[in-house]
Amino acid sequence: MSAVQQINRDDFLDGLVRCWPDVAAQDAAWLKALRARAAGRVAALHFPDRRDEEWRFTDLSALRELNFEPAPLQKLQAPFADFERLIFPEAAATRLVFVNGHYAPELSDTHDVPPGVTLAHLKGQGATHDLAASTHLAQHADVNHEVFSALNTSLFPDAALLFIAQDVVCERPLHLLFISTAQQTPLLSSPRCLIISGRNSACTLIEEYVGLGEGVTFTNAVSEIVVEEGAHMQHVRVQDEGREAFHIANNTVTLARDAHYQSINVTLGARLSRYTLGVVHHGPGTECSVDGLALISGRQLADTHSVIDHAASHGKSTQLNKCIVDESAHAVFNGKIVVRRDAQLNDARQQSRNLLLSARARVNAKPELLILADDVKCAHGATVGQLDEEQIFYLKCRGLSETAARNLLTYAFAAEVVEKIPLVSLKTRLRAVILERVHASTETA
Amino acid sequence: MGKILLEVRNLHATVAGVEILKGFDLTVRAGEVHAIMGPNGSGKSTFSKLLAGHPAYTVTGGEVLYQGENLLALSAEERSRAGVFLAFQYPVEIPGVSNASFLRLAYNTVQKQRGGEELDPLEFDDLVREKLKLVEMEASFLERSVNEGFSGGEKKRNEILQMALLEPTLAVLDETDSGLDIDALRIVAGGVNKLLNPGNAVILVTHYQRLLNYITPQFVHVMEDGRIVKTGGKELALELEERGYDWVREEQAARQLA
Repeated sequence: MSAVQQINRDDFLDGLVRCWPDVAAQDAAWLKALRARAAGRVAALHFPDRRDEEWRFTDLSALRELNFEPAPLQKLQAPFADFERLIFPEAAATRLVFVNGHYAPELSDTHDVPPGVTLAHLKGQGATHDLAASTHLAQHADVNHEVFSALNTSLFPDAALLFIAQDVVCERPLHLLFISTAQQTPLLSSPRCLIISGRNSACTLIEEYVGLGEGVTFTNAVSEIVVEEGAHMQHVRVQDEGREAFHIANNTVTLARDAHYQSINVTLGARLSRYTLGVVHHGPGTECSVDGLALISGRQLADTHSVIDHAASHGKSTQLNKCIVDESAHAVFNGKIVVRRDAQLNDARQQSRNLLLSARARVNAKPELLILADDVKCAHGATVGQLDEEQIFYLKCRGLSETAARNLLTYAFAAEVVEKIPLVSLKTRLRAVILERVHASTETA
Repeated sequence: MGKILLEVRNLHATVAGVEILKGFDLTVRAGEVHAIMGPNGSGKSTFSKLLAGHPAYTVTGGEVLYQGENLLALSAEERSRAGVFLAFQYPVEIPGVSNASFLRLAYNTVQKQRGGEELDPLEFDDLVREKLKLVEMEASFLERSVNEGFSGGEKKRNEILQMALLEPTLAVLDETDSGLDIDALRIVAGGVNKLLNPGNAVILVTHYQRLLNYITPQFVHVMEDGRIVKTGGKELALELEERGYDWVREEQAARQLA
């Protein structure tokens, strides 16, 4: 298709959603109905462009010009080269792996999943988990208005399910690994997660997206997380897909009374990525801390949109979002905090810190506060800057080279987020990855 | 007499186009302590930073020889590795970098250059704990980010700790005494005294005589309008403390008229 050719507004969406009846052929009735409704919404909604407020800084036209097909089931040779480095020793046998959205039993290992914890996939369970799945699936994500969530719902080939039973404290971290593989033709993957953390339970979840091979891929992921009364959840999300990948993800988190949710999102990969996080504080006394780090270079674009919605009283939220942008890369952060009218005595803090390493690097940081209650504490701050020349001079006066000084300071900027990650092996891996990428970009500068 | 470590001849320098150093001369030999005093704006700190290689200063004339070599041809890091050390007037805070890892990185970089042994974190920990005693610092300082949230006295002690680790041949202490209470001043001065040996030298850039009660200089220089206008022994510092700087100015004016 040539660039000058007129593109019908919704050719892109129509071409994809048309496949839903094939995907749904084996589905239970409730799921078929869900998909039909979602497909209807895809047909009714339009492909977003920069006239949409939510997409002002992120231009999807490059995605729309490509022809994608839903990825078929593909078996990877296990263990393939590099697979070992994707496994965390702490979660070696509490791991589900999906390849292009399809469950990959040959790569998964659930031997160490403790009693009271269900780590499974939707298609493998028959009717066992249908009740929980049918109760929650697509009930939290905004399928009615958000076109990519609707598209995922109509097409996801399988879903990762993680259920923690009431009062269960899961010591082992749980690992959901989504691999996208580049093929001759551009493929769409639709990974899906449903996570329910029961009353007074506790768990740590690693949700990870990586790419294999070089080529164009499109990952359209949706996660729904329910943290029930008094439950504690730690959630680390890492996106490190290939440099030609498109990655759009929606994550909706629902917090019941006294629930705690801590998340750290690390964006390293993809040509264009968009992560939309919504946290709704439904009950009183809830706490969330949602941190983010994007480290991008070349012509990458990384967009994080978050909405933290305080719908009940006595809640607390903290957010630290950091972007390190090198070369011609472009970072977007839109952080919205809502405190509803009767949601008194909430405390919400947001910080957006951005480091530009090149004159061509760009960042759009936009805090948005919508405070309707009158007895609340809310604070936000945003900074965009470069490395501090006095810090560089200080380090050089202690013998460090210019490059070593810049690398150390860049790493230190990222460390504030990385050091919060509760998994030692992931933290160690990310430290190495960040140092390597920071180093690579100063070498070519 | 010790061998000559530093020779500054007729040094002229500008910052943002304004001339700050206007014919500065100084010779420092191994084993010596020099004090450079002078009123605000006389160019003391400019000289310190220029010696360390700060990019904001442009040399427009004269020369600086360090151990017989042209110091000005070296970058800041090369000067540091060659044994020139600047204790900062305002030590820089570096959030996110632990003091321990910063000190080890600096130590190993300089050791590598000098053909010494590089240390792993455990070996370095033993070394740095020994050096901490010199400046009466708690080991908990090592775990904190470099200078972040340190009090003025803690920052200055951290500078002397770095000096103790890097073992410079020529150390310039830029107003290290400013803002210190008497206990911190005593600790900092005690640390410097223990580091002095016949092979190295220290230049104390200071506003006040009181540091010189603890570190005894052989030479006291008075700086005025970008150059040294008077040099004497340690008794000159006492005289300056008592009489201020005006009489030096008048004496110099009289000499120029004659």
